[in-house]
Amino acid sequence: MAISLFEEKLNSKKFVVTAEVGPPKGSDLSHTKKIIELLKDRVDALNVTDHQSSVMRYPSLGVCLLIKEMGGEPILQMTCRDRNRIALQADLLFAYSRGIKNVLCLTGDAVEIGDHKDAKPVFDLDSVQLIRTIKTLESGYDLSGSKLSGKVEFFIGASCNPEADPIEPQLFKFEKKVESGARFFQTQGIYDVSSLRKFMQYARQFPVKILAGIIVLFSYKMALYMNENVPGIRVPSEVLEELRGLDRQAAEKKGIEIASRTIRKIKEENLCQGIHIMAIGREHIIPEVLEASGL
Amino acid sequence: MIVATRKPIEEIIGFLAPYDSILILGCGTCVTVCNSGGEREVALIHSALRVAQTKGLLDGKRFHEYTVKRQCDNEFLEAIKGKSYEVDAILTLACGVGVQVLAEFFPHVVCIPGLNTLFMGSSSKLGIWDERCAGCGDCRLYETGGICPITRCAKGILNGPCGGSKDGKCEVDREMDCGWIMIYERLLKLGRVQTLRTYVPPREYSLKKKPKRVMIA
Repeated sequence: MAISLFEEKLNSKKFVVTAEVGPPKGSDLSHTKKIIELLKDRVDALNVTDHQSSVMRYPSLGVCLLIKEMGGEPILQMTCRDRNRIALQADLLFAYSRGIKNVLCLTGDAVEIGDHKDAKPVFDLDSVQLIRTIKTLESGYDLSGSKLSGKVEFFIGASCNPEADPIEPQLFKFEKKVESGARFFQTQGIYDVSSLRKFMQYARQFPVKILAGIIVLFSYKMALYMNENVPGIRVPSEVLEELRGLDRQAAEKKGIEIASRTIRKIKEENLCQGIHIMAIGREHIIPEVLEASGL
Repeated sequence: MIVATRKPIEEIIGFLAPYDSILILGCGTCVTVCNSGGEREVALIHSALRVAQTKGLLDGKRFHEYTVKRQCDNEFLEAIKGKSYEVDAILTLACGVGVQVLAEFFPHVVCIPGLNTLFMGSSSKLGIWDERCAGCGDCRLYETGGICPITRCAKGILNGPCGGSKDGKCEVDREMDCGWIMIYERLLKLGRVQTLRTYVPPREYSLKKKPKRVMIA
């Protein structure tokens, strides 16, 4: 039996769509609520980022609860940057007790790229160790070997980057994540379908579901910025050229076109089980992306 | 070896304000090698302080200079016992270890650090020093082909590169090599790349319990 609604959807063989919601910088949740309202019935699950790019925000857990309360399906993103193994385990117990069943285990961006550059980076665990930590909790014990009251059970996810070069060390890590207990993967943003094709030829041998990451571009400047500053992202020069010189409105349209083109290709070729859309602060355009993609 | 750099002269001048007779004390080991606290640097800092005096700062203060072989060893501090009674502060150009051994050895003298201690490392090029060891207490260098993931990966993670590695460079600094790609390439050359498939459990931070003490027979 599926652990969560999201897992059920992935098992149903339908083309699954997830989207990312970034919590607000502050306690005002009104915009976040609007976005959740807009997306919750349009996608199969909503990821909530965990201080993405090491920028302090309202917590992922908080927005996941909100999604749950509003009738959506949350995916809790958990990074190892800000909490040690004690805090991570505690948050997992809390999440489970409140009905949050999907967890995406990430190492987390470096503190240096964020807005609190003098903060102490934790990284007590890494993403693979976090996956094993969840499996340990599921066995009824914590990392110290102490018995837990009540059970926990999660649908565990992780990330991978099909466009990494060299790819082999990423693949070794992907395999470690699978062996450790990851059941679904949401990839880093993809612009070059051929790298996803190649990655899927390899990844298909594993019993895991893969959602291809789609980052929607909205300007030439943003694409350049992502290439230079966003860890792991590679926007090819042909895509950059498509955006060059366009005004705001035209660039936004072009960004949606680029994203939907990639999505259509992935779906047509039946490359993987679905897609994960990241609109980075512009979540309101996601329905348009889906429409343009025929989803 | 231990690598340190000199504190800004303004900061040092600020520290010296309350004292009249100051011994500038160099250290003849690590910080001599990394050009931050040896005999030469003692002379340099002495001149810098004299220049400050010509500008009306540190008026009337007397400076003395001396360099011992190693400040982290009582044996070498005996040599300046006599001098310590003539001064009311020692500006030490040793690493943090040296400063503390000195302060313990001369409890009646104020010890002022003139350096910022940075890391354990080595020199890769003339004038360039790189961190190489974090003193984690659980050396993994066999599994990682002689390249330390704790020191050379910005996140110190143990199971391979994070998603931020791009073209072999680190997300923290695009000029800096990704430690895990270096490990991968070294293991590839050694024909040991399969080592990277092995899961590495979380670190035992109990080994890092502070302050650390060890008995070596």
